[in-house]
This record gives sequence, structure tokens and C-alpha cells, in this order.
Amino acid sequence: MPVFDIFLLEAVVNGILLGGLLALLSLGLNLVFGVIDVVWICYAELIMIGMYAVYVLHVQQGWPLVMAMAAGIAVVAALGALMHQFVIRPVLSAEPINQLLVTGGVLFFLQAAATLAFGIEFKNLGVRLPPVAIGEMSFSLPRIIAFAVALAGVVATYLLLTRTYIGTAIRAISQDRQIMPLMGVNPNRVFVVTSALGGALAGLGACLLVLQYDIHPAIGLSFGPIVFVICVLGGLGNMLGGLVAAFIFAQFISVGGFIFHIEWGYVIAFAFFIAVMFWRPQGILGGK
Amino acid sequence: MSRATLGVGLVLLLALPLSGIGAYPLHLIIMCVLWSYVYTSWSIMGRLGLVSLGHGAFLGIGAYMVVMLWNHFGVSPWLGALAGIALSVLVALIIGIPCFRFRIVGHYFALVTLALTEVTRLVIVALRDQTGGSLGATPDTALAQGASVSLGALQFSSKIAWFYVIVAFWLLGLWVWHRIDRSMTRLALEAISQEEDAAASIGIDVTKSKLFVTVVSAVMTSIGGVLYAQYQLYINPDTVSGIGISLQIVFGVIAGGMYVMLGPTVGAVFTLLLAEGLRLALGEHFSKFPALDLAIYGLLLVLFIIYMPKGILGAALERWHKRRATRPVPAPG
Repeated sequence: MPVFDIFLLEAVVNGILLGGLLALLSLGLNLVFGVIDVVWICYAELIMIGMYAVYVLHVQQGWPLVMAMAAGIAVVAALGALMHQFVIRPVLSAEPINQLLVTGGVLFFLQAAATLAFGIEFKNLGVRLPPVAIGEMSFSLPRIIAFAVALAGVVATYLLLTRTYIGTAIRAISQDRQIMPLMGVNPNRVFVVTSALGGALAGLGACLLVLQYDIHPAIGLSFGPIVFVICVLGGLGNMLGGLVAAFIFAQFISVGGFIFHIEWGYVIAFAFFIAVMFWRPQGILGGK
Repeated sequence: MSRATLGVGLVLLLALPLSGIGAYPLHLIIMCVLWSYVYTSWSIMGRLGLVSLGHGAFLGIGAYMVVMLWNHFGVSPWLGALAGIALSVLVALIIGIPCFRFRIVGHYFALVTLALTEVTRLVIVALRDQTGGSLGATPDTALAQGASVSLGALQFSSKIAWFYVIVAFWLLGLWVWHRIDRSMTRLALEAISQEEDAAASIGIDVTKSKLFVTVVSAVMTSIGGVLYAQYQLYINPDTVSGIGISLQIVFGVIAGGMYVMLGPTVGAVFTLLLAEGLRLALGEHFSKFPALDLAIYGLLLVLFIIYMPKGILGAALERWHKRRATRPVPAPG
């Protein structure tokens, strides 16, 4: 096989497109971890709920797609806030590992609730967008849209965190959890807003995923681990690190999958992650 | 709980298959005991602060190693089990040595092990020409017409034989748990999970202590995979590896109680009985509510971790001890 060929280039470009989406997904999780110091192991299941929300509103209720997606984002944002209030808040002072595990209970619950409500059949929006051909290469349009929207989402989150009052409060509390209450900030309000924001990012991710993939109750298990691994790779809570890690990881999946077979792409990517953990346990961009 | 109660309970359990119990109840009991054994294996490291979300890897290695060696090379499952154990030890060391040396703990350890179990599942799926991929695999039968036992192929058609084999491993698992509970290693690891630097400063070899329990737990779990494969005679990458099963192991233990010997057993029994109880309660409507048991289970887990972090048995024993301690003085009101 020649080293440079057009299909390899296609795989690289597809990797970049996938990287944008993964960057958005990891951003929400990183935000929650950086501020509240809790890993939502059910993060991918929140995305799954968002996908079903868009499906129900668009296909079953006949809403226009854009409205259904906006509502889907709102649903997941509300879910994030509720989750903080009723699941995370009671265990905030418990051992960190209990905080991680309690969200695992939520994972089982959401997965089972989706199975109860929608069954295990695959659902899709029935939206088929034509591929885009550039020279001899062809790319899926939903992926290009997902890449562009994901980048816009990342930029919007950055602006929100740096240019608004609540964003400043969120950044402040992530730097020092003890001192902020003394400055008159109500930490729980900041936590709820952060959780809702994390949820909204998951909802946005759901809107982009639902254009490309069929929905089923266990879909969270297929990309959840990838999102966690990316966050850890970039240094949990380090948003910039997460972005860089998303693009690196996506290249492993895409190019590794192109050269060998799609599962081997994932295997190589996960093995790379484990190796990096031993080399830089604090993440590729993490400082000590 | 006194020794006498436990002894009577054990005798009753051992006499159970002789009471003419039906095949399906016996199957349920075997599954309870098998998962009790696997959960106990996990808790050996889990209770000491090494929360692994990757035990599906060891389960999968054990299960697939025996079946693949048997189906493709005709290697007896006895040797296959040894090979599975050897590979599990190797994997435990490859993951464990760097993790413990570089102080990868808590969330990070949990997520590294989570990646490990995904790697295992994906490798099994990717080798679909050999393993059958997501469709799973069945060990070739060694039971000729009329024969019910093939010791060399570790296949028995009698459920009663399996019952005793699996109960024996479960008891062995409890014994290992007990031995570690009474050992210096446990004290060392408890000190480590409290304050790693302080433990190291008083001369505890942190890496060695952690590796020891990790390897023990990995070996026991991969034996669980072997037993599962040989008893069920069907394995599938999602049921023996991947995050689903790995999380199920962790949550079963938490539900039952991580810090008491029979906690994982109670967790396994509770999990299986919840599904079966619902099946009985709903009768023929059960199939209309797929995953209802899982929904209730997930909800209960959240409630357990918030309100009863010691698990069912842990909380029950605590209450029992408290009542005993206050017995001479009648409680007011």
C-alpha cells in the first residue's frame, strides 16, 4: 500500500471532522468536572436522551427539525440541572469514587428508561443528506455540519466563560472552591448553571449525532468510553487539553481504522490512551 | 452473625440440589453463586480503594481463552484455563505496575481500567473470524451420544455437578477474601487508601501491596470467566467484557455492601432476584416492560449510594451490632 494515497487523505480529513464532534462532547464533561469535580459517567446517556427527544419531537410530533433540536438541547440542559440537584448534591461531600458511581446508577436508569419507552429497535430521523465530493474524495455532509457546529459550540462556550458574569463565576469557583462562598457567591447556583451548561453541550452533541447515527438505548456505551478517555487524555477538567486530545484520538480511530479495520482503530486509540497515562498521568497538557 | 448461623446456612445450601428442586430454579441459584464469586473477586481489590471499572477484561480473557483454544486447537479447558489465568496475570501486571508506580488513583485508575475493558471487548469483536464477533461463540460439544460427563473437556450436562463446582469456587473466593482481610496486606492497603505518602513513609511498599491484590483479583475473575463459559456453553463479547458487565460487577458489590465478606454475595442475589421477582409479579405482562428491572435497579443504586453507602448487608449488620450493643439498656421511647 502506498503511504500517500487519496483514501488515506480522506481518512485524515474524516478524522479531523470526527475530532470536532468529539471535542464538543468532551467539552461538556470537562466543564462539569473542572467546576464540580465530579465525573458524569452517564454523560453519553444524557446525549442518548437528547437524541430520542429530537426523534420524538421531529418524527412523532412533526415539529420542524430546527425547533425539535432546540427543544432537545433544552431538555438535556434541564436534565443536567436536575441531575445535579437530586443526584450529585447529596453526595458532594462523600468520597469522590461514590460520586462517580452514583452517576453510574443514573446510567443504568436512563438506559433502561429509554428501553421501556422506545424499545430496542433502531430509530432514525429519516434525514438523508447527500455526500459532498471533493475531487476523488467524498465526505458525508452531516459530518461537515457537525464539525462546523461543534466548533461554533466550543467558541460560544469559550465566550460565555470569559465574557459573562456567570462565566467568570464558574471559572472562579473552578479555581478555588473554598474561597468563593466567602466572596458572596452561592456555589450551588453556579454548580446548577454549570450542570445545565454541560447538559446543553450534551444536547448539542445529540443534535449532531442524530444526523449521522441511528438511535438505540445502548448507543451511549459505544461512544461514552471514547469521551471519557479523551477528557482524561487532555487532563480531566482541562478544556484546552480535551480539545487537543479529541483531535489526536480521532486521528487514531480514523486512520487506524482505515489501515486495519474499524475496531482495530479503536483498539489502537485506547491502547495509545493507556500508554499516555503512564507517560503523563496528568494528561497531555496538564501541569503538575 | 454467628458461625453457627453461617454453618447451618451453608449446609442448607449444599443440600438444596438434593431436594428435587426444578431445573430452572437450580439454574438461577447457580447463576447467583457464580456472580457472587465474581463480585467477591472484584471486591478483594475494590474495598481497598482500587475501584476497577475494568474487570470485564479479566472475565472476557478467561472465557474466550478456554473456548478459543478448545474450538480451534482442541486444547483441554484445563490447560485453556491456565492460559487464561496467565494472560490475566500478564494484563494485570501491564496495567498495574505503571498505574501504581505513577500513582494513578481514584477517577484516573477507574477510567484507565474502563479503557482496558473496552480494549478487550473490541479485540474480541475485531477478531471476528476466530471469535465469532458480536454473535458470540459456543464451545464445541465433547459429549458424545448418551454421555453426560466429559472431564477432559470440562463439560457436564448435569446442573447438580455444576452447582457443586461453582459453590466450591465461591467458598474459595470467600476464604481468600477472609485471608486478605486478616493479613498485613489489608492493613497496608487501608493505610495506603487513606494517605498514600504517609503509608510509603513508614516503609509500606505501596506498589507491591497493590499489585498483590490486583493479581489475586484478576486471577479469580478470569476463573469466573472460565466457569461462566463452560457452564453456559455460550459467550458473547458484551456479556463477558466491555463496560456494561464491568459496571454491573461494581454496582452489584455496592448494592450488597463492599466492606463485608458476604456483601458481594448479597448484591448478586439481590440483583438476580430483583429481575426474577418482577418477572413473577408481572407475570405475562413482563415482556411488555423490557428493562423494567434495570430501571428500578438503577434508581435503587442511586438511592443506595446516597442514603446507604454501606450497602444492604453492611447497613443491616451495622444496625444489628448497634442493637446488640445497646441491649442491656432498653431504648427509651
